[in-house]
Formats: sequence, structure tokens, C-alpha cells
Amino acid sequence: MPTTTPAPVESETRKALHDKAMAVARTVTDPEMPMLTLEDLGVLRSVDVDDDGHVVVAITPTYTGCPAMAAMRDDLVRSLQEAGLPGATVRVSLTPAWSSDWISERGRQALRDHGLSAPGRVPARSGPVALSLMPTRREIACPRCGSAQTELTSEFGPTACKALYRCTSCLEPFEHVKEI
Amino acid sequence: MTDHVEPASHPAPEPASHPAPEPASHPAPDPSDAHGSVYDGLLGGDPSHWAFGTDFEDPLAGVDTTIPDGVDAHDLGTYCLMLADDALIASQRLAQWTSRAPDLEEDIALANIALDLLGQARLLLARAAAADPSLVPVLPEGSPVPPEDALAFFRESGEFRNVRLVETDNGDFAVTIVKLLVLATARLALLERLASSSDHVLAAVAAKGVKELTYHRDYAGRWFLTLAQGTDESRRRLEAALATVWPLQAELFATHDVERRVAEAGVGVDPATIADDVAVVLAQVFAVSGVDQPTQGALAAVQGRQGRDGLHTEALSLLLAEMQVVARAHPMGRW
Repeated sequence: MPTTTPAPVESETRKALHDKAMAVARTVTDPEMPMLTLEDLGVLRSVDVDDDGHVVVAITPTYTGCPAMAAMRDDLVRSLQEAGLPGATVRVSLTPAWSSDWISERGRQALRDHGLSAPGRVPARSGPVALSLMPTRREIACPRCGSAQTELTSEFGPTACKALYRCTSCLEPFEHVKEI
Repeated sequence: MTDHVEPASHPAPEPASHPAPEPASHPAPDPSDAHGSVYDGLLGGDPSHWAFGTDFEDPLAGVDTTIPDGVDAHDLGTYCLMLADDALIASQRLAQWTSRAPDLEEDIALANIALDLLGQARLLLARAAAADPSLVPVLPEGSPVPPEDALAFFRESGEFRNVRLVETDNGDFAVTIVKLLVLATARLALLERLASSSDHVLAAVAAKGVKELTYHRDYAGRWFLTLAQGTDESRRRLEAALATVWPLQAELFATHDVERRVAEAGVGVDPATIADDVAVVLAQVFAVSGVDQPTQGALAAVQGRQGRDGLHTEALSLLLAEMQVVARAHPMGRW
């Protein structure tokens, strides 16, 4: 194989490529919660263009075992390719660890619009993690009727990031995106 | 019928002997139909949702895997195996509750916790392989099995470095809860310290793991309290479970030579240093639950060897046989 070094991409071209790639990456949605873009979820960490003009996107898992990472990667690569940016690579960013505080205000509204309860602020912690033997207390309003009369059904839901609640006013069950 | 699909633009000629099929009331969708098919709505305009990515890639792609100064690569890899195997085997045990838990909510909870631990195990196994490739079992040439899967599915029980606590049978729900309480309390205390490791991967896995272990421990602690203060039967079972599990907890705090060395290098945590903190948390759970501190002695080492040395109970062999059988039958398999 002859080794040829591709000519470095001009910085102006790079800027244009970056802007284009960013515009595309921001539209890619979460496979489990398609009302949210990866950007609104806080999973999209960075979009870069390397010296050869290839797009490098960094994403971070919401939970360590999140099985949707491969789907997110494929969606990003495919969307960029369809926009004329082939050969994008997606890398994993482990630090800092994802927090539900990173969900944007637009993302929170999208969750509510789709019948999900958005996470509250993650309580600040200093020192060792405290043991909590009582049910987690949250100020939650029913995303359908707005009532504050809700009860926890299960701290664990169909995906790692959700808890199950039920509104005792309108009796509808709903999912709450957990604080982490 | 042919067993492969002809491209839509070049329809296969109908064999003359074939009678024309009766028009069906619901014709099969024609993907080339300009008006689309009845199934198009299901796609939501994004066909990728039909085919989730199934190929695996390096879970540490783009992460700094440089080996920190002052630590032996083999020690670092072995230490990662210890942390990974605790999570992997505990995850496999918890996953065995799936469809068998007392109710649907607990089924989902245990599976959620198992998934978190599996995620930690995957990253740690990948870190072990990156630190010392000689740890990874050799597979047939051309095998697509990634290193973390080779470590999970192609090691013998004597090569696993987990503590024996995680490999023993699930028992009843009370045994599982006591095992999870002890494991989550110890692992949380360990990861809180490991978050300041000089190894970037270990520090990142630990910082994220702290968030997850926090609710694992809360879940187990709440169930411990519920069972202790529930019925006479739940109380009886909980006390029996505690007596069964307690001999297995001491091993979590016994320092292995590898752990001592990586701790001295600033990469790992000496588990002896977390023993007091763990005891305080467990004593708090026992006190709130009105349960006496257990007094059973520790399960003995065999000729000085314990789980961290690869010395295991028969339970691990049986667990691995089930967990590894499909991967071992298809070392060239692509999933």
C-alpha cells in the first residue's frame, strides 16, 4: 500500500465542515425517547473535525450499561453520511459522568409534552454517599393533569433511566426520568 | 417460491405453469410503490429504528488508556479483572431472577441492577485487555469476538478473580437481597475511593458507578428493612439468609497482593481500608431493621487461596457453563 498523507484541510473548510456536522448531529434523536435529541439529552458531548477532514463525534452513556449506545452511534454515522459527511467516527466520553441535570429545558418540555415527568435537580452531595432506607422523595406533578397527588409504583422502570409513578387524581400511570 | 428476494425493479418472470394468485384482501406491501406501504407509518420516517446496531466496537474507543506511571501492566489488568468479575458474576446471578422475581416490579429492578453491573464489567474487562493483552484467551484466527467478550466467555473458572460472595446461588429472595446489600455497600465504598485513581478509565468507571451503586444499595437496604419488619416468615427467611451469607463477606476486605501493589501505585484501592466504613453502614441497616449483628465466622481460604486467587466454589462452574455455552459453541460467531 502506498502511503500518502492527505493534504491537511484548510481551517476555513474545517470550520464549515464542523458547522455542517454539528447541525446534523444536533438533529439525531435518542432511540428510546425519540422526542429528545441526543443534544437535548446531554449525551452529545462534542463534534470535531480532524486534520483529514473526518468528523469525530463524542457521546457519553446515560448509564454504564446503556444498551442504546450502539444505536446512537449508528444513527449519528448514518445521518452524517446522508448529509454528505461519510466516514464519521463516534467515540465514547466517560468523563464527566452523565447527569440528568444536563437535559436541556427544551428536552424537559419535550418529555412533558409526551407524557413523561422530567427529572428534578440532582441534590448536591459532599462527603460519603448517605444510605437512604426510605422511598426517594420527589416533588412530582402528573404530566397529564398536573396534579401533585402522585405515588411511586416502582423505582425501576422499562429503561434504567425511568421510575414508574401513578397519578392518584386522574389515575393515569406515567414514567419519571430519574435524577442521577 | 424463490428463497431470495428479487430486486423490485427487476421482477422475476412468473413461471407459465403457475396460476396467477388470487388477489389478496390485504396485499403484501410493495416497497417500491410510489404511494408507500401500510407499514411506512411504523417507521416514523427513520428506517434505522428497525435495525439497531448489533456490531460491537471497542467500548473504550477514544478513551485515554495509557498505563499510569509506577504500576505494572499485568497487575493493572489483573486488578481490572477482579473488579470486572465481581460485577459480571453478580450481574449474571441477578439476571437469573428475570421472569422469576416475586412480582414484576422486582423483576425489573433486579434486571436494571444487573444491567448496570454488566455495563461496569464490560468497561473493566476492556480495560483489563487494553492494559495487558496477554490476559485475553486466544481464540481461533479470524474470530470476531472482541477482547472483553473473550475474557467473559472463554476463561475457565480458575481464571476468574471474583469474590465467592457473588457466585453462590441466589437462594430465596432474602438471600439475594442480603448478598446484594453486602456487595453494593462494599462496592460503593470502594468506587468512591477509586474515583481518584490515577488510571483514567478506572477513575471514570468508578465515578459513574458510584451513582449506580447508590441506588443498588438503597434498594437492597429498603428490602432488608421490609423483610425484617414484615411477617414472621419474611423475618425468619431474612435471618436465615444473613447467617448463610455472612461467612462470605470477609473476603471482600482481604487484601490480595495485586490489590496491595496497585493501591501503593495510586491506581487501586486496598479493600482493607473500606472495611470499617462498610461495617458502619451495615450496622445502621441492622439497627433500623432490629436485626442482631451476625457473628458467623468467615468462610475459610483453601491453602491460603480465595476467590481473588481463582479459588471458587462449584457454583461458579455451573454458572459459567450456562453463561458461556453459546459463545463457546460459536467462537467464530458474529452477533
